[in-house]
Amino acid sequence: MNQFPHHLLSIDDLGPDGIGEVLRVADSFVEVGHRANPKVPALRGRTVATLFFEDSTRTRVSFETAAKRLSADVLSFAVGSSSVKKGESLRDTVETIEAMGIDAIIIRHPSSGAPTRVAGWVTNLSVINAGDGWHEHPTQALLDLYTVRQALGGGDEGMDRFKSLQVVIVGDIRHSRVARSQVAAYAALGAEVTLVAPPTLLPPSIDGWPIAAVSHDIDNELPSADVVSLLRLQSERGSGEFVPSLREYTTRFGLNGRRAAMLKPETLILHPGPMVRGVEIASEVADLPAAHITGQVSNGVAVRMAVLFLMLGQSPVQGSSNV
Amino acid sequence: MAERERSHTRPRGAVFVPRAQVMSAADVHRAITRMSHEIAERNRGLEHLVLIGLQTGGVPIAERLAASLETVESTTIPVGILDVAFYRDDIGLRPVLPEAVTDISFDLTGATVVLVDDVLFTGRTIRAALNAVSEYGRAQAVQLAVMVDRGHRELPIRPDYVGKNLPTRRDEMVDVTEDGVALGDVVGR
Repeated sequence: MNQFPHHLLSIDDLGPDGIGEVLRVADSFVEVGHRANPKVPALRGRTVATLFFEDSTRTRVSFETAAKRLSADVLSFAVGSSSVKKGESLRDTVETIEAMGIDAIIIRHPSSGAPTRVAGWVTNLSVINAGDGWHEHPTQALLDLYTVRQALGGGDEGMDRFKSLQVVIVGDIRHSRVARSQVAAYAALGAEVTLVAPPTLLPPSIDGWPIAAVSHDIDNELPSADVVSLLRLQSERGSGEFVPSLREYTTRFGLNGRRAAMLKPETLILHPGPMVRGVEIASEVADLPAAHITGQVSNGVAVRMAVLFLMLGQSPVQGSSNV
Repeated sequence: MAERERSHTRPRGAVFVPRAQVMSAADVHRAITRMSHEIAERNRGLEHLVLIGLQTGGVPIAERLAASLETVESTTIPVGILDVAFYRDDIGLRPVLPEAVTDISFDLTGATVVLVDDVLFTGRTIRAALNAVSEYGRAQAVQLAVMVDRGHRELPIRPDYVGKNLPTRRDEMVDVTEDGVALGDVVGR
């Protein structure tokens, strides 16, 4: 493929070739993760900063683990204890970070488009979107694809099976950046995506989304699904106001034991986490062998290593001229 | 190494144009037989011996050496596969991507490791491989077998077993395949 993009703001930055490249390189990092010393010197001398304006455990820890396993130095800007609290603007914070000679920032922000704005302000720094508002969370979608490809046989064979794969995404699509990245990523590889949600939890407009169908009835969609991807109700973004009650949502859209029995035996159940057992997924379903939820987490480190390596491993180290 | 470089330059429109056939398929076969005898002679009994082929060009040669050693000494030699992309010192100077997944399913502590590559050039691949191999245990000894030593070393690295010493110009290209060894140029870059 051509040059890997300098920033990763949305899945569209990668295209099908870029996605394939990430998944292929991630295979090598899964192997690295199985070693007694799961660390390689590939990004020695690089510095990566995480800048999270929103709570996160798994994404932040996953990115920091990935960067450390590549031997990059990692700085973690906790917004609560930084100058942001004193009223510094996002632009000034980012310019300060860039002036320190940092190679990449991994940013999570409650406002859609914040990482794109940041990418416009910086010159050398690479920007990785770790979730912005309702917009995108590209690395989450990439690790979902990796998990699916692995379950479909891995390698090029697994890659080919995305064509015509039936993917059902269930839940709060309106508020979900993960859903937007998933739809773009699955569609890029030729899968057919069906969105399942109550009308109130669909986005205000889905014109132009590369999806096959929208449904309000989960029971109709499950028997033909190859992948069922569940989303959490985002109460911090007010999802609760869009459904009459959590109990009604669970009854109509939750993946319970009865619904799991309607799935084909080889169907995969995915959840980007954090999952709320008893709401979108019943506890006994989350523990089924078909649920690849912890597999997703361990693949996340390898996929993020691949993204960091492809992004930073190809360009000269800043300020080094005698190499 | 030649293999590795070639697969990176190809997508940008560069092609390998052979100029001279240096070794025939039969010559390569004879070299493999001789090298396996040399390995057997130097490592009496082949106890704790493992072969590690370097992605991508070294892998078929390692497999052929192992098959030959099996007929020479009637013992099965484990063969591993190593990709050194993450250990290279030219990361950032040129595109360095893994070609395939590393597969070393045995502990190398106490083993005698023979690294196998198709072409020895600057020695930087081998330097990277030495670092990578140390992640899998402390080997008793590490040796190096290459089908072609083309000179132009940039590091103090020397092969133990050589198929053919082949003087080259720096800008030439050595291509090792099943059909033999060819010397040529990379055109169209």
